[in-house]
This record gives sequence, structure tokens and C-alpha cells, in this order.
Amino acid sequence: MDQSAYRARRAITVSVVMFILAIVVILIGLNTGTIRLSPLAVWQTLLGGGTTEEQMILFDYRLPRIVVTMLGGIGLGVAGAVLQGVSRNALADPGILGLHAGAAFGLIVFVSFFRTMEGSLAMLIPMFTFAGGSIIAIVIILLAYDRQRGIMPIRLILVGIAIEAGVSAITLFLSLKLDPDTYTFAARWLAGSVWGRDWINVWALLPWIVILVPIIYLKSKTLDLFSFGDEIASGVGSSVTRNRLLMMILAVALSCASVSMTGGIGFIGLVAPHLARRLAGPQHRYFLPAAASIGLVILVAADTIGRSIFQPNAIPAGVIVALIGGPYFLYMLFRKKV
Amino acid sequence: MKWNKGYTISLSLIAGCAWLVFSLFMAVSNGAKEMDLHTVWTAVFDYNASLTPHQIIHELRLPRVLGAALTGMAFAVAGAIMQGVTRNPMADTGLLGVNAGAAFVVALCFALLPALSYSHLMLLSFVGAALSTLFIMLLGSAAPGGLTSLRLTIAGAVVAAILHSLSTGIAIYFDLSQDLAFWYAGGVAGIKWMHLKLLAPVILAGLAGAMLLGRPITFLSLGEEAATGLGIKTARIRILGLLIAVVLAGASVSAAGSIAFVGLVIPHMARRIVGVDYRFVLPFSALLGGSLLVWADFASRMVNPPREFAIGAMVAMVGVPFFLYLARKERREL
Repeated sequence: MDQSAYRARRAITVSVVMFILAIVVILIGLNTGTIRLSPLAVWQTLLGGGTTEEQMILFDYRLPRIVVTMLGGIGLGVAGAVLQGVSRNALADPGILGLHAGAAFGLIVFVSFFRTMEGSLAMLIPMFTFAGGSIIAIVIILLAYDRQRGIMPIRLILVGIAIEAGVSAITLFLSLKLDPDTYTFAARWLAGSVWGRDWINVWALLPWIVILVPIIYLKSKTLDLFSFGDEIASGVGSSVTRNRLLMMILAVALSCASVSMTGGIGFIGLVAPHLARRLAGPQHRYFLPAAASIGLVILVAADTIGRSIFQPNAIPAGVIVALIGGPYFLYMLFRKKV
Repeated sequence: MKWNKGYTISLSLIAGCAWLVFSLFMAVSNGAKEMDLHTVWTAVFDYNASLTPHQIIHELRLPRVLGAALTGMAFAVAGAIMQGVTRNPMADTGLLGVNAGAAFVVALCFALLPALSYSHLMLLSFVGAALSTLFIMLLGSAAPGGLTSLRLTIAGAVVAAILHSLSTGIAIYFDLSQDLAFWYAGGVAGIKWMHLKLLAPVILAGLAGAMLLGRPITFLSLGEEAATGLGIKTARIRILGLLIAVVLAGASVSAAGSIAFVGLVIPHMARRIVGVDYRFVLPFSALLGGSLLVWADFASRMVNPPREFAIGAMVAMVGVPFFLYLARKERREL
């Protein structure tokens, strides 16, 4: 009993710290950019004051972009946590499972056939990337499925690598035919440059996060059961195969929605749950919120770093995340037996 | 029984040689302009620079086809060595970061040294390939529990992802547009005699070195204890083997770009046909790999002439289904 009280207190501490950290990162993100706004000016503008110019910068440019990165970070962090729980593989990550290659494929198909990034047609981009990511994910899940043993984690990884390599070859082939401007846009997207910068992108992503994240959170207990192994999980009466499939679909939907608004950002789905588990313990009801807030902090910070330090050509957030997340991934991989 | 097996192996090797020679002739004589065999023969062995068909064959097709054969051989043998030495059936130069390392260095060169000559670029991309592979190997060996195949595969994929991300970052920051993608997609279309002069000695030397390692690699592939028991210096052979594999793969990536799956698929086919003895697996892989790339290149220019299909995508069409087949057969938890 003591232990669970201790865990709860620890989880609350972690959440509070993460919340404060998130606020700080968001405020820094709002301050920085091509035109700097002082924290005071940001505060005043948020409260309704400020000049027209300040209001425009904040409300039309920075705020929507930051909200998209916030939502994307939450989505990727939670989706990664679910995938790791479901596959009982601490190294599972939406990127490794081919979702990004699929989303990239969807994008390249779109720009190859419509050749436009402007106007109303551009609003179809998220649909194409979403479809690409989820189709490839379904293909991988189906191929990794074994009739007797269900989805085998190791096979999931191997199949993911193969499909990703194949899809990437086709994506590369198609991208060679693009004109330079379209290609540059596609390359930025692939590298994870947050492209959703308008309020409409916020409204498109918001429902996914607001609906799916609470559903997943309510399923915390189910996720906990997976970590005991299939036998015990089914022993306590949890329908393992059905639940695994359901949770996987939720995670795929969540990360595809996030990726379609933020671009191909990898590693957050891997790193955020890991850190969260180390900070808040293995119980999903404690570490899911931590994973969400860590994902948020990482992505907003990476986006802010990418667009403020490297001028005039901003470095995509995905590159920054890979630079931080990749080494952490390797560190995790080599610290424990897999 | 013993005689029978040797008979199969020699027959396979002879058939492989014949198949490679046939593929070379097919690829040289067919193309946008058809040539009869006599023209091909005289163009190769009795070259007359004033005849246009002779020129096409001599200056365009021959170096290209020879380049395809050489790089195919190199990719396949490098893959076979890696699979034998690491005892990982999924080992492949593309999956182990060779390509990503080369691409990263090429991105750096495009950005910082745009005036670099092609031969220097080849050399540097080769260095990049070697460094990234060494890094992955070291990471794999440093972990507790040693170099397991799963760990190697994941480490390779992650390091490749980091390097790939960095390359894209560089390309975007320095506005390189498609240059890097074109280099990465590669293909053997651009290989000229000048490049072959650089490429051929390296690859042939690497292939010769690989053949010499056939026996010890066979023992290594049977397991560490068996090899040590038979008096094999395992560490030395492993390092030598990986060095040769990196030389071969690095050289071919720098010349033909990133062509995944040749190194993965071909050794499996070779083992299925000639057995587990690497004295035969290695030369047979070379023959099969060489012919595969010659045919892939041939197909890539015949699908939709005069446009060319990316050779890497061509190979992936064969490679992906085969890899999936292998992954599904993988029942143990590695």
C-alpha cells in the first residue's frame, strides 16, 4: 500500500515538473523567431493587449504552430507508449514500424500527381500522409501476424525494417522526378519540419488527440496487463488478441494523425515513453501522462531550436529530435539485454 | 555421395559463369539501339573508333555493364561475408549503415566542397561508409551480451536513421535540392572507363581477399567454439572479413549509390544451391550478384526507354518479398 502511495506521489511530482517545464518551453517558443517578442510583450498580447503587429505574429503565426507541435508531441509520445506496451518491446517506435515511410510515401504520391503545395488542394496532404501511414502499418501488422502465436514482436521489427526499405526505395524513385521546388517541400516534410502552421491544422489534429488520448488512458489497466505476458493477461480475463489489435489501431491512428500535421518526426515515440517509464514507473495510468508531456516538451523544444538557432534556413525539428533521440535509443539498446 | 555433392557444386559454378557471361552479352547487345552479336564481338575485340555502333558499345554500354557486374559482385560478396562473420542471416550492407555513412559524407562534400572531383568524392564516400560501419560494429560489440544479430540490426537501423536525418538536414540547410537524392539513387549509368579504372582494382582485390577467407569464414559461421577448436583465430578473421566487406560495399556504394537487398538476398540463394561452405558460397554469390545487377540495370533501361527506372527500386521489388519470406521463417526470438 505504501509503495502505491509512493508511486502516486512520485507520478504527481513528475507531472507537475513536466507541466512547469512545458509552460517554460512554450513561452520560450512564443518568444523566439525571426522577430523576437519579449516575454512581457507575449504575456500582454495573450491577455488582449499589444500592438496589431504583435497580435498578428502571435496569433496568426506562432500560436497555431506551437499548438500543432504541442498536440503532435502528445500524440507521438502516447502512441509510442501504447506500441511499446502492446508489443512488449521497449524498443518499438512508430518510426521503426514503418509508419513514417508510409506517410512519406503518401506525401510523395500526392505531390507527384497534384504537384501543388498551395491553396485548398494542400489540405489533402494530411489525408494522403494519414492514409499512407495507416496502410503501411496495416500491411506490416498483417505480415507480422502468426495464426498460432498472434503478433510476434521480433517479426514486427524485421517486417517493419523490410517494408520500410522497400517503400523508401519507391519514394526515392518518385522523388527524383519532382521539380526542385516541390522536392524541397517534400524533403523538408520528410525530415520532420513542422508544416501545419495554421489554425485549420490545429482544428484538424485536435479531435484525434482529444478523443483518442482519453480512450487510451481509460485502457491503462489493459495496457498494464500486457506487460505480464499473454498467458497471465488472458488468465485474468482480458481478451488479449482483440485488445492488442484495438490498442494497436488506436496507436496507429494517433501517430498517423500527428505525423500528418507535423511531418516525419521519428524517435519521440521511442524516447518519450522510455523517459516517462523511468521517471514515473511502469504503471500506465502514471506514465502515460508523463509520456504525453515529455513528447510535448521535446517536440516544442526541437521546433524552437530548429527555427531560432539556424537562420535563415531553419533545421527541421525532426533532425533535432533524431540528434537527441537517436543516441538515447542506442544507449537504451546497449544498456540492457534485448 | 561426396562425389555427387562436389559434382553439383562445380556444375553450379560453371553454370553461374556461363549465366554471367550470357547476361553481359545480352546487356551489351540490347538497348535503345539493337546490335547483332557480330557487331558486339568486333566492338569488344576489334574496336574501330570510326564506327558509331562500336562507339556506343565501347564508350557507353561496356563500361556501364561491366560496372553493374562488378558492383553486383561486390555487394553480394560483402553481404555473404557479413552474414557468415556475424552469424546473422539478416546482415546486409544496406541495413548495416554502409550506405547511410557514405551518403552523409557525400552530403557534407556537396555542401562544403562543391568543386570536388568525382574520384575524390568516391574516395570520401568510401571513407564515410567504412567509418559508420566500424561505429556500428563497435557499438554492437560493446554491449553486454555481445554482438547479437537483433542488436546489430537495430543498431544499424538507428545509426542509419540518425545519419540519414543529418544528411537531409545538411541538404536542406545548404539548399542542395535533389543532388543528394540523385546521388543516393545512383545507378550504374554514369560509370565510365575512367571510373572503372579506379573501381575495378579495388573490387577485384577485395573479391580475391574474400575468396582466401572462404575456409575460416565457414568455420566462423558454424559458431565461435567450433572455429576456435579448429585453430581459427576468430577475432582476426572477423576483423579481416568485415574490413573486406566494408571495402567492397563502400566501393560499390560510392560508384553505384545505395542498392539495398543484393547483399541480403544473393547469399541466401547461393547457400541454398551450393551449401554452407563459404569457399563455394562466396564465388557463387559473386556470379549471381553480378548477373542480378546486370539484369536489373538492363531492365531499368528497357522498362520505359529512353527514361531510366531507378535500379535500387528495381532490386527492392525482388528483395523486399524475399526479406519478408525470411522474416516470416524466423520463428525463434533471435
